[in-house]
Amino acid sequence: MTESGVVKMTTNKKECVAMLLAGGEGKRLGLLTKKMAKPAVYFGGKYRIIDFPLSNCTNSGIDTVGVLTQYEPLALNTHLGIGTPWGLDHRKGGLTALPPFVEKAGGSWYLGTADAIYQNMCFIEQYDPEYVLILSGDHIYKMDYDKMLTYHKEKQADVTISVIEVPWNEASRFGIMNTDAYYTITEFEEKPLTPKSNLASMGVYLFTWSYLKQFLMADASDIESEHDFGKNVIPAMLDDHCKLVAYPFSSYWRDVGTVQSYWEASMDLLDPDSPLRLNEDNWRIYSANPNQPPQYVANSAKVSQSFINEGCLVYGRLQKAILFHGVEVGKHSVVSGSILMPNVKVGQRVQLKNVIVTEGTTIPDDTVITSQKEEIIVIDNETKFEALTMLT
Amino acid sequence: MNRLMGVINLDAEQDLLGELTYFRCGAAVPFGGRYRLIDFVLSNMVNANMSEIAVFTRRKYRSLMDHLGNGKAWDLDHVKGGLFILPPDWNDPTDISKGELQHYHNNRDFFARGHADHVLITGSQHVSRIDFEEVFNHHLHTKADVTVVYQHNPSILSDNRFSKKLVIDEKGHATALSNDSDNPNHYMNTYVIKKDLLLDLVDSCISRGKSFLFEEGIMTNADRLHITSYSYNGYLAVIDSLPSYYQESMKLLSDQHFAQLFLSEKPLLTKIKNEPPTVYKKGSKVRNSLLANGCVIEGEVTNSILFRGVKVESGAIIENSIIMQRCIVEKGTVLRNVILDKDITLTSNKTLIGAYTQPYVVAKRKVI
Repeated sequence: MTESGVVKMTTNKKECVAMLLAGGEGKRLGLLTKKMAKPAVYFGGKYRIIDFPLSNCTNSGIDTVGVLTQYEPLALNTHLGIGTPWGLDHRKGGLTALPPFVEKAGGSWYLGTADAIYQNMCFIEQYDPEYVLILSGDHIYKMDYDKMLTYHKEKQADVTISVIEVPWNEASRFGIMNTDAYYTITEFEEKPLTPKSNLASMGVYLFTWSYLKQFLMADASDIESEHDFGKNVIPAMLDDHCKLVAYPFSSYWRDVGTVQSYWEASMDLLDPDSPLRLNEDNWRIYSANPNQPPQYVANSAKVSQSFINEGCLVYGRLQKAILFHGVEVGKHSVVSGSILMPNVKVGQRVQLKNVIVTEGTTIPDDTVITSQKEEIIVIDNETKFEALTMLT
Repeated sequence: MNRLMGVINLDAEQDLLGELTYFRCGAAVPFGGRYRLIDFVLSNMVNANMSEIAVFTRRKYRSLMDHLGNGKAWDLDHVKGGLFILPPDWNDPTDISKGELQHYHNNRDFFARGHADHVLITGSQHVSRIDFEEVFNHHLHTKADVTVVYQHNPSILSDNRFSKKLVIDEKGHATALSNDSDNPNHYMNTYVIKKDLLLDLVDSCISRGKSFLFEEGIMTNADRLHITSYSYNGYLAVIDSLPSYYQESMKLLSDQHFAQLFLSEKPLLTKIKNEPPTVYKKGSKVRNSLLANGCVIEGEVTNSILFRGVKVESGAIIENSIIMQRCIVEKGTVLRNVILDKDITLTSNKTLIGAYTQPYVVAKRKVI
């Protein structure tokens, strides 16, 4: 009871709310995103891409996460549930899936990343936050967002954008931040032909909510705008002399937007010197649990430099392979440089090299699929195996 | 199956597994690479849609309670019913009950509040994939007072003097318990009984000063009760001694036993640990072994079972062994016919060798 005799209601106030953009189609991942949104794509023998930002939230102490879904949401929604695997099933806050919706005045798909947040302003407002963290479900990394928040406050910034140094020759593939010596952002260039800096945006934005709100409302009423953070909102904030700072991040971060980069990031897990470690007790990556028995490695098997999940039966040879749960590899089969997603059944005397096999695909006995060049072959259960075997 | 509630009665289970039961009850002993013994009976109950389940426990239940929690991993965190772990804290001044009857007397509320009208009472030592729904249907169909579950198996591995057999007549009625070693009908320590009858028998046992409900309350009344039997033919491992624990574990390395226990449509549920997949490094040699997640293997592992988070360094050799959670086997160490309990570190260049008939067991949390 307060002095006035009014019972003080406990509020829903949260200092920081995370909004995770998970509606992307991920066209460049080809068959991998045929049936699911990009954030739902499997990664690392046990996880889906979205498990990385979600686990980062949990491990950073952020307990309120809105997940914006749009493209092929079934697999993603099933995976998310009420957020239990990430400890996000809270009485207040927790995980909320936010699909596009209709209201009295109509409604539409999310027109862009900024529009997706704009349409869910009511969701954010109910927590009355000081800060809003915008994340994407496209990247593999482990990051303490709480440190970024501390940095944001120290710098008294309006916007903090997490950046990573990329090799100069690759800089023109990224959104590049040009900064002064104090990491204050002076210019933002999307995929510049001649980059002036090699600080690439990681797609992690921390906004002071009161500022972001103003710019989102202005952006929404601008009919010229594409309603995109990178193309519209950030440039508008720079024009308006807001304080935008870059937060330098130096650990492992990979964009897995193409089949090639997806495969490379997967193979990184098999590198004993990789800075991305999945078995650190203080920064676990959480995921939904498939309740599988232990993996069985038979007498005839030979396994080296591989990553195997529970529920697998291995009778053949694996060299640099990643096996998700429920995968079987038959006798005399040789699998190298390949990723076998859940419940893939590989018959006997099969050879796979540099291949990604999607969930539930069965590969018949004696199939040979070996990529001769560096190109990665993606196979699903509609692939004509005879044709592929002939090609190689 | 809301008509059937479950009791996992651990009171009669003694600590028969040597070093493995120094610090925990038998039901909490790890088995099968990533489970504990109680997971099998609990999963069977959940797979039969039973939703009111009590665990009667008396001693060494810390690790059991830690494992079970609120039952969430088994989908037993219900608004109504769910999992009830019932250790002894009994203060009824009028209580004259003895032995396991104490559980039934002091936990009468569990039965009274339950919505089910039948009770399935079992333990954790008989590891099986039995379908309790089928047992219950058999019970209803035969209109029996009690249905006892057994397996007809002359070659079953159970060298224990506590192992009980059932005498079954030509009509399938169980007429008596015996410990005749030539009797092939192994009682699986499982029966279904009408709830009202159970509570009546509990009262009468208590008033006559009895300690064992099944032996002294039910089977001694075999002439007056209609006790039918249900014969189970599937996978069964009786874990009632260290040799049986070790040999039943090793049997899981054969295709047939692995498939019978693990490859079923119905899941085996256990506590979630969030370990990453197991890493096989360059130079690792793994043959005929079961491994859980979170292991890092650089050495040689043959005919063995590794639980979650075990590390095997290069040059280490593990054969015919069971290595439990988070053990570390350092460079050049050799283990043969060994059971390592949880959290053991074997420093480099050690050799531990047991006999296949009598494995060498190391108790929890040691550095050797």
